[in-house]
Amino acid sequence: MENNQPIISVDHVSMRFNLSKEKHESLKEYFLALAKGRLQFDEFYALRDVSLKVMPGDFYGLIGLNGSGKSTLLKVISGVYKPSSGTCRVGGTIAPLIELGAGFDMDLTARENIYLNGTVLGFTPKYIDSKFEEIVEFSELRDFLDVPLKNYSSGMVARIAFAIATITKPDILIADEILSVGDFLFQQKCEARMQRLMSGGTTVLLVSHSIEQIERMCNKVAWIEKGRVKMDGPAAEVCAAYKQTTK
Amino acid sequence: MATLKCYFNGFWRYRYLLYNLISRDFKLKYRRSVLGVAWSVLNPLLMMLVMWAVFGGLFPDLRGGDIVNYPIFLLCGQLLFNFFRESTTLAMSSVLYNAPLLRKVYIPKYIFPLEKTCFGFVNCCFSFIALVLVMLFTLSPVHLTLPLAIYPLLTLFVFSLGVGLVLATMTVFFRDVMHMWEVFTTALMYFSAIFYDPEMMSGWVQQFIKFNPIYWYITGFRRAVINGEGLSLSMILVCGGCAVAALAFGLFVFKKNQDKFVLYL
Repeated sequence: MENNQPIISVDHVSMRFNLSKEKHESLKEYFLALAKGRLQFDEFYALRDVSLKVMPGDFYGLIGLNGSGKSTLLKVISGVYKPSSGTCRVGGTIAPLIELGAGFDMDLTARENIYLNGTVLGFTPKYIDSKFEEIVEFSELRDFLDVPLKNYSSGMVARIAFAIATITKPDILIADEILSVGDFLFQQKCEARMQRLMSGGTTVLLVSHSIEQIERMCNKVAWIEKGRVKMDGPAAEVCAAYKQTTK
Repeated sequence: MATLKCYFNGFWRYRYLLYNLISRDFKLKYRRSVLGVAWSVLNPLLMMLVMWAVFGGLFPDLRGGDIVNYPIFLLCGQLLFNFFRESTTLAMSSVLYNAPLLRKVYIPKYIFPLEKTCFGFVNCCFSFIALVLVMLFTLSPVHLTLPLAIYPLLTLFVFSLGVGLVLATMTVFFRDVMHMWEVFTTALMYFSAIFYDPEMMSGWVQQFIKFNPIYWYITGFRRAVINGEGLSLSMILVCGGCAVAALAFGLFVFKKNQDKFVLYL
């Protein structure tokens, strides 16, 4: 019964941004512009009337060129953006891996950041305590635990971020090109862990520019172009069509 | 009612985040300083000595003649005012400075102004050690009314939170607010009766000062700590009323605009 309910349902969502030509960040500028009657904005639709349904247990891929709106869609789903119109319903806990180092303070050490980021994701300190070893183990950064994060390479930050976000069994894991940063060994490790989460019932939403990776891992794919869903369906079909046009 | 419960559950879920953010601020504030947290005590103490030297020694006429226990008088005013200034100033830029986080993960946004106000409050509590030290040193009597001082303190916390929420909202849209607030709090300081006795001021100044809520918080606090008198009814009403009004207004403004924040950060 539960399987018939989509876990994420995006319903006619549009996301509009005001691309102000001149950004009025000071009061004086604002009133000057207002007085001159030039307070107009260019409207830009990052998403137009997007509808998607993700079922529990799906490994859902999003493909599209740069600037097509994939990340915006992920941010709408994870609740960072509120859609300008339409609704987005999510039925479960989300572990977001959108961009690296969200919730990290670069001045703090890795150890401190594990706790800070863990609580950003809504874990209790006790829970983090119990999983601390596992996080350190997975990220393979034991020797650098008390080094401030600003001295880390981006790959090292990615390891920590991935390790923290996946210690729990979230209902939904959102991963935005996070895997592209680590070396290939770590990428394999992440894929393995994502597969394991999947078999435990987690729904994964993955954005990647590696079409091979999408084909290999996802069962469903949506192709987004200029803020609209151009095609969605089984991974093989959509990927084939996508590859046709980009050739 | 259901939504209220929902809000509270949301807040409860993030209480550890609040705690961790406060502890982060603390660590970063005192990282690589030799004396560390001791500065929370030393700083107000030294500032008080400077002001004491200026208004006790250099310009004694300015402060008015008959203030009992001037060092404590000074310190009380200064601690409360600094708490207000520090927490509102930090809360003001809190949403802006946490933009990288807000753009990536969903967190209730009010947590940042709230965290900064709490951080200011914790700092303020540490500086009360300075107050205790000075009281011991000057052999001041400890009055039974001392616990009453908690009322102006807590209401000032709520008041600061409300003001901080409004400022944080405004700063997202107009960065000018930061500069204006700096000037404004300086002016406010001189009208908060921190280092002088308002009774000696001319009539209109006295009336004017009474429009400043900070004056009421400070005066209430002093009455309980120094004078050993209870709080007057007008003090209870003004302190509580301003706090509730500021918080209600702050929440209203913040909630109405928070969905737009992420587009302006």
